[in-house]
Amino acid sequence: MSAIAPPEPPLAVAGLRKSYGGQTVVAGIGFAVPAGTCFGLLGPNGAGKTTTLRCCLGLTAPDAGEIRLGGRAIPAEAGTARQRVGVVPQFDNLDPDFTVAENLLVYGRYFGLGDAAIRARIPALLEFAGLAGKEKARIQSLSGGMKRRLTLARALVNDPDIVFLDEPTTGLDPQARHLIWERLKRLTAQGKTLILTTHFMDEAERLCDRLAVLDHGTLVVEGAPRALIAAHIEPQVVELFGDGAAAWAQAHRALGERLEVAGETAFFYCRDVAPLLAALAADADAGRHYVHRAANLEDVFLKLTGRELRD
Amino acid sequence: MSDPRSRPYALPRPGLRWLPVWRRNFLVWRKLAIPSVLGNLADPLIYMLGLGYGLGGMLPQVSGVSYVAFLAAGTVVASTMNAATFEALYSAFSRMHVQKTWEAILNTPLSLDHVLTAELVWAASKSLLSGLAILLVVAALGLTASPLALWVIPVIFLTGLCFAAMGLIVCALAPSYDFFMYYFTLFITPMLLLSGVFFPADQLPALVQTLAGGLPLAHAVQLARPLLLGEVPANAVTHVATLLAITAVAFYIACVLTRRRLLK
Repeated sequence: MSAIAPPEPPLAVAGLRKSYGGQTVVAGIGFAVPAGTCFGLLGPNGAGKTTTLRCCLGLTAPDAGEIRLGGRAIPAEAGTARQRVGVVPQFDNLDPDFTVAENLLVYGRYFGLGDAAIRARIPALLEFAGLAGKEKARIQSLSGGMKRRLTLARALVNDPDIVFLDEPTTGLDPQARHLIWERLKRLTAQGKTLILTTHFMDEAERLCDRLAVLDHGTLVVEGAPRALIAAHIEPQVVELFGDGAAAWAQAHRALGERLEVAGETAFFYCRDVAPLLAALAADADAGRHYVHRAANLEDVFLKLTGRELRD
Repeated sequence: MSDPRSRPYALPRPGLRWLPVWRRNFLVWRKLAIPSVLGNLADPLIYMLGLGYGLGGMLPQVSGVSYVAFLAAGTVVASTMNAATFEALYSAFSRMHVQKTWEAILNTPLSLDHVLTAELVWAASKSLLSGLAILLVVAALGLTASPLALWVIPVIFLTGLCFAAMGLIVCALAPSYDFFMYYFTLFITPMLLLSGVFFPADQLPALVQTLAGGLPLAHAVQLARPLLLGEVPANAVTHVATLLAITAVAFYIACVLTRRRLLK
């Protein structure tokens, strides 16, 4: 038996349940996030991600289950726990009447920080967010990407140990997304723990050390992105599209381990693609095109949660 | 334990951490202070001077004083009521529902009780400025000379707290800005006419008088008017206690309703 107990994870959830008006939104999920890692919560709209985040922050009391955040019981000690937590909400709620610096100053005060201490942090926070020299800029004059980065800087004003990010790059252009990704990598390198929700599978694959896929309030699968891909999906994918793609695919379905057809696009999931590629070359058609690629997290996600649209 | 959802009916436990939220509202106000004060001052002054001297010129004395001196106290508390009500309805609703300012604050160590306490005190603070501005004009016009008039200042603040607390209930229930029209039409405007602001309440039919006597604005008028005229108000303790009680009950209801709305 070890003399030293392992350190408590920054966030641990067990048996979490929540329903609204008889409709179950979270149906008994549990996970733990090790310190200094990025944990992803993925799932289609309505899967229960936002409710889970709200429960973790103590903004919604669960019907059942246990949550510990930063060593504190949630929701009983939520205020104390949030002292060491930063939040980037899904929708920007910066103060439109304030300048960039005033937004950080006013927000820092909510954590009980003194004005001098906050002002001393502002240049470094803006530097981190790629907003150096923008102290006096008004919020209305900022682009969507700049607002998002300021929201990230605001979430760091109390130098938190744990940062929650609810779809941090939704609506951003590729340049802005890459900058946010790079900054989030820096945060985990500094030892901070990140909990992230996203609809972008490339983002989750790139950033998350571990992730959980939620669907209909239950945890479908949890693990490291590469491990999930290896465990749940054939390694190679051939996407076939164009004239008669679906019909051709149905006629040749034996060439892949698994075939999925969505509209006029067919997805072959294969361990060995050589026979399929040979058949495609032999039966070339100018109107039919294909892409051969490695399986990715999106394939896993679609396999586990299905292709039907969610509200 | 301070679990907000499993105990939605718990008494508010504000502590002192609400102060940064009050300071946030103050910082916004400071940027718009001059138009805000002018706006709060112009409207009631036009009524007071127009009605007071215009209508008052045709009237004999009202309750033993000139009509404009009678109207002064009513104008002070009515403009306090309006300022507190507007802040707790439109401005608080903007911060809660449109700008999501409260949502941002709830992600910090602060709780909804802190936010609501700050909004209550802030709306009362802003209405204090409105009431004070009218009070200064009243003093400058020589409509009050007694040092007792200084006691109107806490009366203004208490009136502001009372109407802010009631306004926060309406804010918690509002689906949109349009909803506030009901509150003004069904509650604020009748109260303005029944509370002895423009004419002595004893002009009303006996039954209406009895009912109107319980209105918060009526209590505020019955405190402010004698004080401005240099007299100690009759039943002052009852009036103060009633305003405090309405504030406490209304604020409690506002807390419960807002928790149910936001901490689902």
